[in-house]
Amino acid sequence: MMVEQKQQPGTQAIAKKGWFGAYKWLIFRRISQLGILALFLMGPVFGIWIVKGNMASSLTLDILPLSDPYVMLQGLMSGNVPVTSGLIGVTIVLVFYLLVGGRVYCSWICPVNIVTDTAGWVRRKLGLKVSSHFARSTRYWLLALTLILPPITGAIVWELFNPVSLMFRGIIFGMGWAWMVIVAIFLFDIFISQRGWCGHLCPVGAFYSLLGTKSLLRVSAAKRDQCDDCNDCYVVCPEPKVITPALKGADKGISPLIDDGNCTNCGRCIDVCDEDVFNFSNRFKS
Amino acid sequence: MSNTQGRGDTAQTGTSLKKRATLNRRKFLGDTLKSACGAGLLGLGMGTYSRQVESHPAWVIRPPGALPEPEFSGACIRCGLCVRDCPYDMLRLAELGDSVAMGTPYFVARDKPCEMCEHIPCAAACPTNALSHELDNIDDARMGLAVLIDQEECIAFQGLRCEVCFNVCPVQGDAITIEMQHNRRSGKHALFIPVVHSDACTGCGKCEKACILEEAAIKVLPMELAKGLVGEHYRFGWKQKKVAGKSLVTPDVEHRYNLPEGVTYDYNKGGLSLPPESSDASPYSSNPLDSLKKLQEQESK
Repeated sequence: MMVEQKQQPGTQAIAKKGWFGAYKWLIFRRISQLGILALFLMGPVFGIWIVKGNMASSLTLDILPLSDPYVMLQGLMSGNVPVTSGLIGVTIVLVFYLLVGGRVYCSWICPVNIVTDTAGWVRRKLGLKVSSHFARSTRYWLLALTLILPPITGAIVWELFNPVSLMFRGIIFGMGWAWMVIVAIFLFDIFISQRGWCGHLCPVGAFYSLLGTKSLLRVSAAKRDQCDDCNDCYVVCPEPKVITPALKGADKGISPLIDDGNCTNCGRCIDVCDEDVFNFSNRFKS
Repeated sequence: MSNTQGRGDTAQTGTSLKKRATLNRRKFLGDTLKSACGAGLLGLGMGTYSRQVESHPAWVIRPPGALPEPEFSGACIRCGLCVRDCPYDMLRLAELGDSVAMGTPYFVARDKPCEMCEHIPCAAACPTNALSHELDNIDDARMGLAVLIDQEECIAFQGLRCEVCFNVCPVQGDAITIEMQHNRRSGKHALFIPVVHSDACTGCGKCEKACILEEAAIKVLPMELAKGLVGEHYRFGWKQKKVAGKSLVTPDVEHRYNLPEGVTYDYNKGGLSLPPESSDASPYSSNPLDSLKKLQEQESK
C-alpha cells in the first residue's frame, strides 16, 4: 500500500484539495508552454501574425523584440555583435528572467520540458528504479563547452545540435528528422537516466540556472513545520536537491525560501503537498 | 532522505570522517575528470562537424546581405525572422537531415529565386547582422554569381534565339548582356550569346529559375566557386598603359600594315579603307569597254 502511494505522489493532495487544486500549477504551465507555441503557430497556420520568429529571436506585434540571451551569448563569443533590435530583445529577456528566475524558462516555456516531464511520469508508472549516474554538474561542463567552441571555430556550434531550439524551431518552421532527437530524449529519460536531460545534461537549463540565482520570485516552504515527511515533493521535483535546505533547514536557521538557481519555479511541490507547506513567495519575504 | 544522511555524518568518528573525506576528494576528482574528458571529446566532435557543414552544396543560396559563410555561421542564430519577413516566402530554414547547417536560412534558385525587394525586408529583420544591415541597395547584393555553365546544352550556342535569362534579369543589360558571335554551323547567321557580368550580377537566381531547359544551363554558384582570380602576378599591358598613360614594357610603337599609299586598316572602323580622293581616281574605268580597248592597244604595240 505504501509503495503504491509513493509511486503516485499527490494522491493525498487530490483527496484534500481536489483534482484541480493538486494540478493547478502544472495546468498553468502547460497552458503557458502550449500557448506560446500556439502564438508562434498562429502566423504560419492561420496567417494571424502576432509573433514572428522563434525562441532564439522573435518580434511580437511588429514592435517588441525578444532574444534568447544564451544563443546571443554564443554569437557574441564567436565575435558577432547583435544589432540594436537584438540588444533590446536580449535586455528585456534578461531582466525578465533575473526577476522571475532563470529556470522559469525550463518549466514554463521550453517544450522539451513537456517531453521530459512525461518521461518522468512514465518512469514512475513503470516503477523503473535503474538509472545511469551522471553528475548534475555535467550540464555546466557542457555549458562551458558551448561557450568555448564559438571562439575556437568561429561558429555557433551548439545550435547545430541544441534539442531545445531544435524542437521549438521544428514545430514552427518544419521538423525534418528532428522528431527523432525528441524521441531519443524521451527514451533516454525513461530508460537510461532519470531526469537525465533537463536535470543533468542540458546546457540551456544550466545557463538559465545561473541567471536565476538571485531572482525575486521564489518558492518558499513557508509552513515547513507542517511537513509530514510524505516525500511527495521530492518525487515530483525535477531538481529534488533544492528542496532540502528550505524544507529541513529550520533547526540550522536556513530560510524557508528555496534559494537555488536550479529551482525551476514549476510549482509542482505546491500542487502535490496536501499540507500546503509551499507557496510562491519572493526573496524579501522570508 | 538526505536529512537522515546528514545525521549519519555527524555521528561518525574522526577517523572514518577523514577516510570519507579522502574518498570524496578522490571521487570528486574522478567525476570532474570524467565530465571534463567527456565534454572535451564531445566538443571535438561537435567542432569538427560544425566546420564540415560550413561547406554546403553549391545550390544553397543565402539571403541577400548574408555574411561570408565562416562569419555567417558565427552570427546567424536561426530565428527565422528573415524567413517570415520575405514577402515571396522563398526562404526556408534548414531542417535536421538537410545538407545545410541546421536552422540556417537559404533558398534554391531553381525552386524560387530572390525577387530582390527594394527595401530588403529579410536583412532588415535580422537581429544579429548575419544578414548585413549595411546592404542598402539590393543591386549591391552578391548572393552568388550566375554562370552559363553548360554551353553545350544552352540553345543560344546552337544558334537558336532564346535570351530568356537576359529578359528576366532584374539588372538587365548590366548583369546579363547578349553578345553576337558568328554562327560557324550555318555560316551566315549570328549566335546571340548571353554573357554574365560579375560586377552587376546579384545572384538572385531568376535566370536559373527561368532557363527553358529541363536542367538549367545557367546556374547561380557561390562566388568563390564561380569566380577566378587573375592574381598579383599578371599585368595586362593595355590596362597598365591606361593607368600609367604610356606603355611600361616595350617602346610604344603603333603597329603598321604594309598597305598602298593612302589605304588604311582599322578593325573597329570596318577594316580596309581607301582614301576618299583616290576613290574617284580609280585605275579602272567605270566603262568596261575601256579595259578592252586598253588591252587591244597593248597588243597592237
